[in-house]
Amino acid sequence: MNPAKFGRFGTSHQISWDWRAAANFIGGGSGSALLLFATLTAYPASPPLWAVLAGLALIGAGLACVWAEIGRPWRAFNVLFHPQTSWMTREAYVAALIFLLSVAALATGLALLAYSAGAAALLFLYCQGRILKAARGIPAWREPAVVRLIVATGLVEGCALLLLLQSAFAALQTEMLGALLVLVLLRAASWLHYRARLLASDAPQSTRRALAPAQLGLLLAGAALPLLAGGAALVLPQTVAFGVLAAIAAVLPGWHFKFLLVTRAAQVQGYALGNKLRRGHPLAQAR
Amino acid sequence: MTRYVMVADLNRCVGCQTCTAACKHTNATPPGVQWRKVLDVEMGEYPNVERLFMPVGCQHCSDPPCMEVCPSTATGQRKDGIVTIDYDICIGCSYCAVACPYQARYKVETPRFAYGDQPTETEAIRFDEGRIGVAQKCTFCSDRVDAGLARGLKPGVDPDATPACANACIANALTFGDLEDPDSNVSKLLTDNTWFRMHEELGTEPGFFYLWNEK
Repeated sequence: MNPAKFGRFGTSHQISWDWRAAANFIGGGSGSALLLFATLTAYPASPPLWAVLAGLALIGAGLACVWAEIGRPWRAFNVLFHPQTSWMTREAYVAALIFLLSVAALATGLALLAYSAGAAALLFLYCQGRILKAARGIPAWREPAVVRLIVATGLVEGCALLLLLQSAFAALQTEMLGALLVLVLLRAASWLHYRARLLASDAPQSTRRALAPAQLGLLLAGAALPLLAGGAALVLPQTVAFGVLAAIAAVLPGWHFKFLLVTRAAQVQGYALGNKLRRGHPLAQAR
Repeated sequence: MTRYVMVADLNRCVGCQTCTAACKHTNATPPGVQWRKVLDVEMGEYPNVERLFMPVGCQHCSDPPCMEVCPSTATGQRKDGIVTIDYDICIGCSYCAVACPYQARYKVETPRFAYGDQPTETEAIRFDEGRIGVAQKCTFCSDRVDAGLARGLKPGVDPDATPACANACIANALTFGDLEDPDSNVSKLLTDNTWFRMHEELGTEPGFFYLWNEK
């Protein structure tokens, strides 16, 4: 075979999932991680009501966006039918669990229920990463490193949003700020790993071009700026503005990246001729 | 056991799209939806260019990614290997569409007709509300296969038990049959010729084989 024939052709952008799907990854990722950090920082007490409500609102908004996208919204409960293999089903179950545990925690005041909701929130974030990885038709999504990146991005967003809410409702915690800076570095490392894997893969050129702005976003605006602002906030703890700036700079590039990943970089791989001609009955070869 | 597969002979296909038309006629798919289509492929760089025609559609994989991700179990697989969609269960989330590496799935949100908003007489008769807002794709004409089997016919041999695309092919480039039967037409073609499957590296085990002679 002529190697020139191996190449893929007919690459196009998927048109099945749009900004509403991206909103689920943005809202769900941020909300679940916000719930998680609210639980962790409140230990051994229950997390504050405003943090729980904000987390649930974000998760709910993301799920509502997906509900608005499906073709048969009144059959939405059928999403629960396939927990054996579908990460979308698993995400739905975990979302229901988060809401149930959170409401029960608020109603009873039992901190244990709130911790369970926080643990479920982390699981929800993981489900979101696996949802993308299972989409084998989209090279930018099926790359295994996407799971780590989606989890890391969500953790940064949740931590940063909690910082922002803290600055509005309570005193800004320097421990939280320190955690955010560590997470920002973790996200940058996850991005570099994902990007290296994607560039080494057979992902379409259009996918690589679409994700190019994320390099600047996640490293410069999303890592360098939060580190500078966060460092200044740690040195000058009385200046809340630095902490707020670090949190905003950490959140927005993550949201931008998810929007790009779902709506702009989601090229299908196209068609291809097989790169290996075979002779003989396929079942005889399999045996 | 039975495993129905399609064999497309790229050495024979002339790109006439008769299979595409036959599929549309048989399955009453709306404009923009082609369960079976033929790609016009140009490869290489001038002056060393080649052109071939490549029929594509649902590959009825042994390990279908669409079925794995489907949250509603609407996508299923029959014992004979044909991958199906239950339109009454599907929620139209399109997860299967982004999971399919073969761009074989479609979703139509609102009724579409060939000539404007009003259906033609034929379209009005054959319009299926159940296909609106849900995933749809090639079924290997499973209703024809089943009806033929019920009459004692042999899929791939008897036209009334064979997918419309294979029946219609003017160049005899599309052949349907049972891979598990060593004497079937598809088994003989695959034994006697060189072949490949698309995107095998993804582990989907497609049920669509392409015959191609190395040149």
